[in-house]
Amino acid sequence: MAGEQGLSADSKAGLSLVAAPFAYAIVLLALPIGAIILFSFWTQDFITIDTTFTLDNYREALGGQIYRTLLGRSVIIALSVTVVTVVLAFPIAYFVSFHVKPSQKSIWLFLITIPFWTSYLIRVFLWKVILGFNGVVNSGLMGLGIIDEPVTFILYNANAVVITLAHAFAPFAILPIFVALEKIDRSLLEASQDLGETRIRTFFRVTLPLAMPGVVGATLIVFIPTIGDYVTPELVGGPSGTMIATMIQTQFLRLNNAPLGAALAILAMASVTAISLAFIWLNRRWLR
Amino acid sequence: MNPLRIYAIAYLIFLYAPILLLPVFAFNDGQIIAFPLQGFSTRWFAELWTLSALHDAVGNSLMIAVCSAIFATVLGICAARAGARHKWPLKGPMLSFIMLPLVLPEIIVAVSLLIVFVQVLGLGLSNWTIIAAHTLICMPFSIAILNGAFGNLDPSMEEAAMDLGETRWGAFRKVTLPLVVPGIISSLLISFTISLDEFIIAFFLSGANPTMPVYIWGMLRFPAQLPAVMALGTILVTLSICLLVIAEYFRRRGLARAGLKDTGGFL
Repeated sequence: MAGEQGLSADSKAGLSLVAAPFAYAIVLLALPIGAIILFSFWTQDFITIDTTFTLDNYREALGGQIYRTLLGRSVIIALSVTVVTVVLAFPIAYFVSFHVKPSQKSIWLFLITIPFWTSYLIRVFLWKVILGFNGVVNSGLMGLGIIDEPVTFILYNANAVVITLAHAFAPFAILPIFVALEKIDRSLLEASQDLGETRIRTFFRVTLPLAMPGVVGATLIVFIPTIGDYVTPELVGGPSGTMIATMIQTQFLRLNNAPLGAALAILAMASVTAISLAFIWLNRRWLR
Repeated sequence: MNPLRIYAIAYLIFLYAPILLLPVFAFNDGQIIAFPLQGFSTRWFAELWTLSALHDAVGNSLMIAVCSAIFATVLGICAARAGARHKWPLKGPMLSFIMLPLVLPEIIVAVSLLIVFVQVLGLGLSNWTIIAAHTLICMPFSIAILNGAFGNLDPSMEEAAMDLGETRWGAFRKVTLPLVVPGIISSLLISFTISLDEFIIAFFLSGANPTMPVYIWGMLRFPAQLPAVMALGTILVTLSICLLVIAEYFRRRGLARAGLKDTGGFL
């Protein structure tokens, strides 16, 4: 950082204000992440930590069939959740931005965000009630005579995890897309139509490209946290919907193997980061 | 009717389905959470009064949520004010780093703090370890809300106060602070709501005394306790909707005071 003498009064005032929150984030975020990285190169035997540097945890995490399956499945589920959530969210964001009167926009956004703030655990549990064997969906479909016996492909598997997470992350996807759509200069759309484009072609050639930053933001803000979700796979996932967080929890709290748990957490983070960076890079190339 | 509007309404039904089902099962006079319903009953609410372990957990959660909300908001005020009024080298990276917990998977925050508290510092787990972690994850939300409140305040108002003889702090307290109070209240309420509802970090970092979500998690494993969970959930949803309506009211008042147009949403 620049020397103290080189800083203007404005810089000093800014730095002294931001110092407390920044230091807090360093101590409770950067240092712990540093510690977890360090731990992943150590080993643990019940309670004693062996601090010899080793790659054993990574060898085990990448070599063990169960860890590989769980990591791969977590990535695939997170990707599916992201695609489903963003695709379902876009029309809502578009509707609120283009078809709702300006005075009513904030009430729509408020309605969309309310369910997000209410008890996460109980919300996820209720999806079990909705999707279950005697659940709301099955009773409803049987009552209407559409199916004769309960369908089972919607609970205790990856589908249930995707549906439940798509519900949980809906506002995270809607808001960034909405903000991007709000920024679009409406006269550009008129210009495009005046120049003879149809409404559909205007959407694909003007609206969508201009909304892409919001879509990218939505994608990342859904994809990154989803991979580490613990509650949803535990409650509605069943054996075929278990994700990596369950294994991380098991290593830390049940098997007392924090270093292996740390290595799994870091591998999960590394996969998410790699995929996110690749996605951003592709987007830059494609948008140019 | 516009097909988009029909889709929007269907989407809202999808969003609200779980919440609308809560009271249905909470007032249902049956042990099993499924249709058909068994008739009206308030006995599950009465049962909540008998669970003393739940009362302790709620007490813990309230204490944690109040402390986390206050700490996160104080830190958030510093960051939002610095971001709105000053420029310094590395401003962008520093502020983005503070916002990082917003996108980080919570389990990563949970396990890394667990390692630091237990293995590195040798501290016992307690309500304070949860408060420390909740402050961290509430801070970005607080900053996002307060950015709206501090964002377009005209710096010349404070300068005018200082020209008229106020100190820097006096100008802040008498001019800026009253204008951002609605934002601060909104930030406190949102942080409180987040902390009260947070499960995974509390699950990893709670010591002998569980928080309310950790206690609910335990209840979910016992079918006999599920109807009581539905009753508890109904109360929580009602309370959090009230809190959110109040928070939204203050957020909008804050925006109006700062002379801003509402751009919607908390995030």
